[in-house]
Amino acid sequence: MNKEKKILLSGNEAIAEGAIQAGCRFYAGYPITPQNELTAYMARRMPEAGGVFIQAESEIAAINMVMGAAASGIRAMTSSSSPGISLKQEGISYLAGAELPAVIVNMMRGGPGLGNILPSQSDYFQATKGGGHGDYHCLVLAPSRVQESFDTMFSAFSLADKYRVPAIILGDGMLGQVMEPFSVRVPAAFAAKKAANVSKPWALTGCAGREPNVVKSFYLRDGDLEDFNLRLQKKYAVMLKKEARYEGTMLKDADLVLVAYGTMARICSAVVRRLRKEGKKAGLIRPVTLWPFPVQAFLPKTSPARNFLVAEMSYGQMLEDVKLALDGRAQVNFIGRAGGGFPLEEVIAAEARKL
Amino acid sequence: MKKIFSRPESLRDITTHYCPGCGHGIAHRLVTEVIDLLGVRGKVIAVAPVGCAVVAYDYWNFDCCEAAHGRALAVATGIKRCRPDRVVFTYQGDGDLAAIGTNETIHAANRGENLTVVFVNNAIYGMTGGQMAPTTLLGQVTSTTPGGRRAEVQGYPLKISEMLAMLPGVKYVERRGLFCPQEIIKAKAALHLAFDNQLRGGGFSLVELLSPCPTYWGMSPAAAMDWIRDTMVKEFPLGRIK
Repeated sequence: MNKEKKILLSGNEAIAEGAIQAGCRFYAGYPITPQNELTAYMARRMPEAGGVFIQAESEIAAINMVMGAAASGIRAMTSSSSPGISLKQEGISYLAGAELPAVIVNMMRGGPGLGNILPSQSDYFQATKGGGHGDYHCLVLAPSRVQESFDTMFSAFSLADKYRVPAIILGDGMLGQVMEPFSVRVPAAFAAKKAANVSKPWALTGCAGREPNVVKSFYLRDGDLEDFNLRLQKKYAVMLKKEARYEGTMLKDADLVLVAYGTMARICSAVVRRLRKEGKKAGLIRPVTLWPFPVQAFLPKTSPARNFLVAEMSYGQMLEDVKLALDGRAQVNFIGRAGGGFPLEEVIAAEARKL
Repeated sequence: MKKIFSRPESLRDITTHYCPGCGHGIAHRLVTEVIDLLGVRGKVIAVAPVGCAVVAYDYWNFDCCEAAHGRALAVATGIKRCRPDRVVFTYQGDGDLAAIGTNETIHAANRGENLTVVFVNNAIYGMTGGQMAPTTLLGQVTSTTPGGRRAEVQGYPLKISEMLAMLPGVKYVERRGLFCPQEIIKAKAALHLAFDNQLRGGGFSLVELLSPCPTYWGMSPAAAMDWIRDTMVKEFPLGRIK
């Protein structure tokens, strides 16, 4: 571990380097802006690390190559941006149904349709509520800085393996493109290769010396699929209880709590500092996991405020989860833009002063 | 007394769901005989399709992976690249390989992935009830071509094997028919060569098997065999393509 060493990379590249340090040895991707730096970094770096890089013929092929790699027991990942992630939904549903661990990075851009290539947070519903067909969830992590983009890859691969679920890194075009210095700090468990070499007795490696393994999501016999779905629900219940994470800032005495994730949380963090200087008691909840959503942050003992302001680069997607978490006990306000713009610091501050 | 014939170890002793006279039973038997013959059962990772052979993993006695409809060769690419010393093959029907999965098929072939493909062509979608396949013959009646397939409306039967043979990454392509014992023996030899190619690092190999579907062709099993011999082979000639 070298705490001193800092390197300057974009969020996209930091995610790629984090993935490799976290033991990812298979990457398949397809060109799409604004995440191309990630694919290009992997093309150069993955072979150095002894892994496999493939530029796939489509987003659909890329996610299915990841499925094959994950089924064979290798830490695997793909990345894309909004329209490409829509194409991957079939594969993500199959990963969830076959209980395969894999990491999918979405550097969100404006939608719907082809939209544009500017930053957005409009895929929150798609990431947290399923996205593909069937009753399933992905773990969804939302880093807000380049350092955190690197760090989060260790949690993403570990938790994906632990729960055998697909993990989504939900970033935005801004996070992907911005360059910041960060420490290449590897958690002790990874440095010791403990977390990097997880036993996967279910993996397809050839059946020599054991009974054959089958990786599948198909349950044709009456009742079998319901039993399987109930098993998935139990797993999700454990994740809801154990894995929901957030970062809270000055919540105890706050009259107004801002809620934002990713790039919006950085802007809101500046808003909170500005408001505090003006004497207004403001705080910030930054969900780190979007699924499971950190409902504990909204309990009265943690955030006693009666007034909340949700800020998103969308027209109110996470807003719904905040309302559910507060369950009517506080006023929930919203400020958001989508299509390439985001609410600026002074605009949010002005809105907050009115509340 | 010496035992000279038995069920392959790679084929489980289970009743299959296939219709009477279906070619999948023969194709499964041939694939598993070849795997036993090569002594690689413990190294095999198969990719099962979506289609009539969707639960092939229930019948085969080696590691298997499911793939979404058409995605078998993308899944197989991921497996083989991560486990290059394993024997990886896909088993796909005409709809899976030559319609919804055409893109995955062409690009895996063009990359020259060191994989074996067993392509079962019965000119129809069986699992879903007899719809037109990319390989359905002109004039052939299906549930979605009730007046028979017409070139000017539905286009021509897709000769995907000939298309793939054009690609430099493809090393071996052969088409055989599962309609009489002599031809079935030739089909087994082709499969043997296709797996052997992979073991020697030879690259992408594909064996197309013309296979009977008496249920959705509306024929007796014997008549379905004759239809391959007399009609289907005219559109899909047998032999080595590459």
